Amino acid sequence: MSKKNRLWMALASLMLILVYFFPLWGISMEAPQYPEGIGMNITVNDITGKEPHDLGNINGLNHYIGMKAITPDSIPELKIMPYIFAFLIATGLMIALWGSRKWIVVWLGLFVLLAIAGLVDFYIWGYDYGHNLNPNAPIKVPGMTYQPPLIGSKQLLNINATSLPHIGFYVALISMGIASMVWWKEGKTDDGGKSEKTMNNNTRKAA
Amino acid sequence: MNTIHKIIGTWALPLLVVSGVLLAGCQNGQQIGSSDDAASKVYVAPGEHDEFYGFFSGGYNGQLGIYGLPSGRHLFTVPVFSQAPVNGYGYSEETKAMLNTSHGFVPWGDAHHPELSQTNGETDGRWIFINENNTPRVARIGLDDFKTQEIIEIPNSAGNHASPFVTPNTEYISAATRFSIPMDDKDMQNMDVPIDSYKENFRGTLSFIKVSDKGKMNIDFQILMPGFDYDLSHAGKGPSDGWSFFTSYNSEEANTLLEINASKNDKDFIAAVNWKKAAEYVKQGKGTMMPGEHVRNYIDHEEGGIAKSETIEEVRVLDPRKLDGLVYFLPTPKSPHGVDVDPSGKYIVAGGKLSTVIPVHSFAKMKKAIENEEFEGEVMGVPVLNYDSILYGEVENPGLGPLHTEFDGKGNAYTTAFISSEIVKWDIEKTEVVDRINTYYSPGHLMIPGGDSQKPDGKYLVALNKITKDRYLPTGPEMFHSAQLIDISGEKMKLLLDFPTEGEPHYAQGIAAEKVIENQKRFYKLEDNGHPDAITSEKQARVERDGNEVHIYMTAIRSHFTPDNIEGVKVGDEVYFHITNLEQDWDVPHGFAIKGANNAELLIMPGETLSFKWEPQKEGVFPFYCTDFCSALHQEMQGYVRVSPKGSDVEIAYGTGQ
Repeated sequence: MSKKNRLWMALASLMLILVYFFPLWGISMEAPQYPEGIGMNITVNDITGKEPHDLGNINGLNHYIGMKAITPDSIPELKIMPYIFAFLIATGLMIALWGSRKWIVVWLGLFVLLAIAGLVDFYIWGYDYGHNLNPNAPIKVPGMTYQPPLIGSKQLLNINATSLPHIGFYVALISMGIASMVWWKEGKTDDGGKSEKTMNNNTRKAA
Repeated sequence: MNTIHKIIGTWALPLLVVSGVLLAGCQNGQQIGSSDDAASKVYVAPGEHDEFYGFFSGGYNGQLGIYGLPSGRHLFTVPVFSQAPVNGYGYSEETKAMLNTSHGFVPWGDAHHPELSQTNGETDGRWIFINENNTPRVARIGLDDFKTQEIIEIPNSAGNHASPFVTPNTEYISAATRFSIPMDDKDMQNMDVPIDSYKENFRGTLSFIKVSDKGKMNIDFQILMPGFDYDLSHAGKGPSDGWSFFTSYNSEEANTLLEINASKNDKDFIAAVNWKKAAEYVKQGKGTMMPGEHVRNYIDHEEGGIAKSETIEEVRVLDPRKLDGLVYFLPTPKSPHGVDVDPSGKYIVAGGKLSTVIPVHSFAKMKKAIENEEFEGEVMGVPVLNYDSILYGEVENPGLGPLHTEFDGKGNAYTTAFISSEIVKWDIEKTEVVDRINTYYSPGHLMIPGGDSQKPDGKYLVALNKITKDRYLPTGPEMFHSAQLIDISGEKMKLLLDFPTEGEPHYAQGIAAEKVIENQKRFYKLEDNGHPDAITSEKQARVERDGNEVHIYMTAIRSHFTPDNIEGVKVGDEVYFHITNLEQDWDVPHGFAIKGANNAELLIMPGETLSFKWEPQKEGVFPFYCTDFCSALHQEMQGYVRVSPKGSDVEIAYGTGQ
């Protein structure tokens, strides 16, 4: 792998550090009584209000329809996710150092699988919150469930909920994109990455 | 009696003439003096905000009214000196102490003059102060939560009218006695003396309240003065910074039928006080500590939100007979009411209410006259300056009964004329009237946002009228007062809007909205709630008996109280509900009321704890409920207290949802 591509691969790994600082996903809600909106963000290890007290207020509203309170402590995935990203960063860096093109595929594959698993998990949690309602809820609308959309907007009684990826998710996508680009560019060089350990300078010239 | 007839006769004629003109105007057209585009200028579209906050004193309702300008929309009322059943101010255990005085609990006040805090001569949006005339007090209202945060009583004073006008950096607030009272020379105590010993025994005081960076008020010093009536005040600015000016009337020192007996002298006085010099004297320990019992009450949400009262026994008194250069009298015609300093700080304008001219004194000339000792007499150690030495000019034909003046920052002054019911615009340098406009009817104060500061926003003027009569739909004999909004952005004044104002607004102040909006609190943070009886979750809710006191630690959140079923209360108990609103969202107050309670409801803001005292008189079950329509299930937000006979063995029991 060329030095340049190794640097790109290192960047793809290191940029995932941003995931610890920006939310992965956001759910915004609009209602007549909330002219400024209310919402929550899913981060690598937490669920927080868009404004400091939003989560408490969302739980307050949800109790009318019998939805369980959203308590980040009760969601084990939020405890695991920081390690998953740490693992991806570490292994990505190792691949950059080692310079093996075929391991990029493995890394990418794992990353994509984890991302899909994450979205499926998110959907299952959303389904659970939206369907398993307290039978003693004050507001019961026949046939109504309150699962937030996985992606996009949905009107839930007076609230229009919009669920969209946040900065952290786009960072992950760009990371995947860069890793794919490195893999693809390396594929265009004729030695198929066999001599990357010794031929760095030549490869770069050839490239 | 002849004199009375003469006076009435003198004023009655112009009054009749003016009314005649107005009536004729009414018949000729519906929009008296109103310009065609007025509607668009005051129209604030739904969802839009006003450009200015207007703070209107409530007069005898003891409150402060908040209005948006230019729309005239009534936004809020802050309870200050009067108990307010609307939210429990002055009734709740937390706020009762705010109304303590050296005369005990005083549930009512007469609030006249709001005054915004200033920095560098400009309104800064931190606080607004307001005086109480009847039981002399000054209050400070925080503009972060629009609540009364502090009230200080003024000792050795009666009728705190010339108050609370600030110095350019809010170093001091003025507070002068309107009514002089007998004061013992030795200890300044009120005396049991014949009222007609006025000239011998009655004295006045001018007080200066120091304001700390955090807003805390204390009376730094008082100046002992002759027994006149001290009416209004304004601090100097720019070149005149360091001085304060107080009008006085009744230099005749009459004690009865003042309307005649105090209107005799051709000139009364403006007292010019060198407060910087006074502050130096205070630093040097000069003056005398005198008995001056007064109460200071304050409430701080960060310290638990429970009002505390302290009694201060003494006050430092400066005597102009003993300390030089403190006060000078500027002779001023004729029972002057308002005294206003223009934005440049060079001119001192008096509203000689019985005068036919507006006298304008020059600060520079005043300084020079002091230097050259151009005195024409002395009253109680106070030198009287020569009128001609200090006068800058006289504004001719300013209307009848000039009272108050404000400024637009563009070289113009605007003065209300009470008797001729108009506002007169005049050029300060030229002392010439340039425009006039009718008001409906009889304006007292007027207000231009920042109009008494160094940086006026000379766009709008509000006339605060004393007579309403036919301006609005009739509401029987008693009605709100009338205000008019006038466009002063152009050469000619234009009437834009008529709007009713609550109580009896005297003075008002205005400020650009953006200076206030940025510091707004939306709710109190639960984690910062330092109230000793606060609980921060439903798990902590409980009922405790301590002798015949029962303390109920309760929470309110949409849409239930915890606990909402309480038993074990007995006739003769003192029951305290300590209710914490657990909400942490904007505009979700909860209310509390219980059947037969002998006080008012509570209105508890999110994150706040308030306490309600209830002394049940009869056995039975008593409902309580949330008084503020908080949510879709607000009507379900209710509970019961079971009251058993005295000596019953019903145990304390409580819960919600069991």
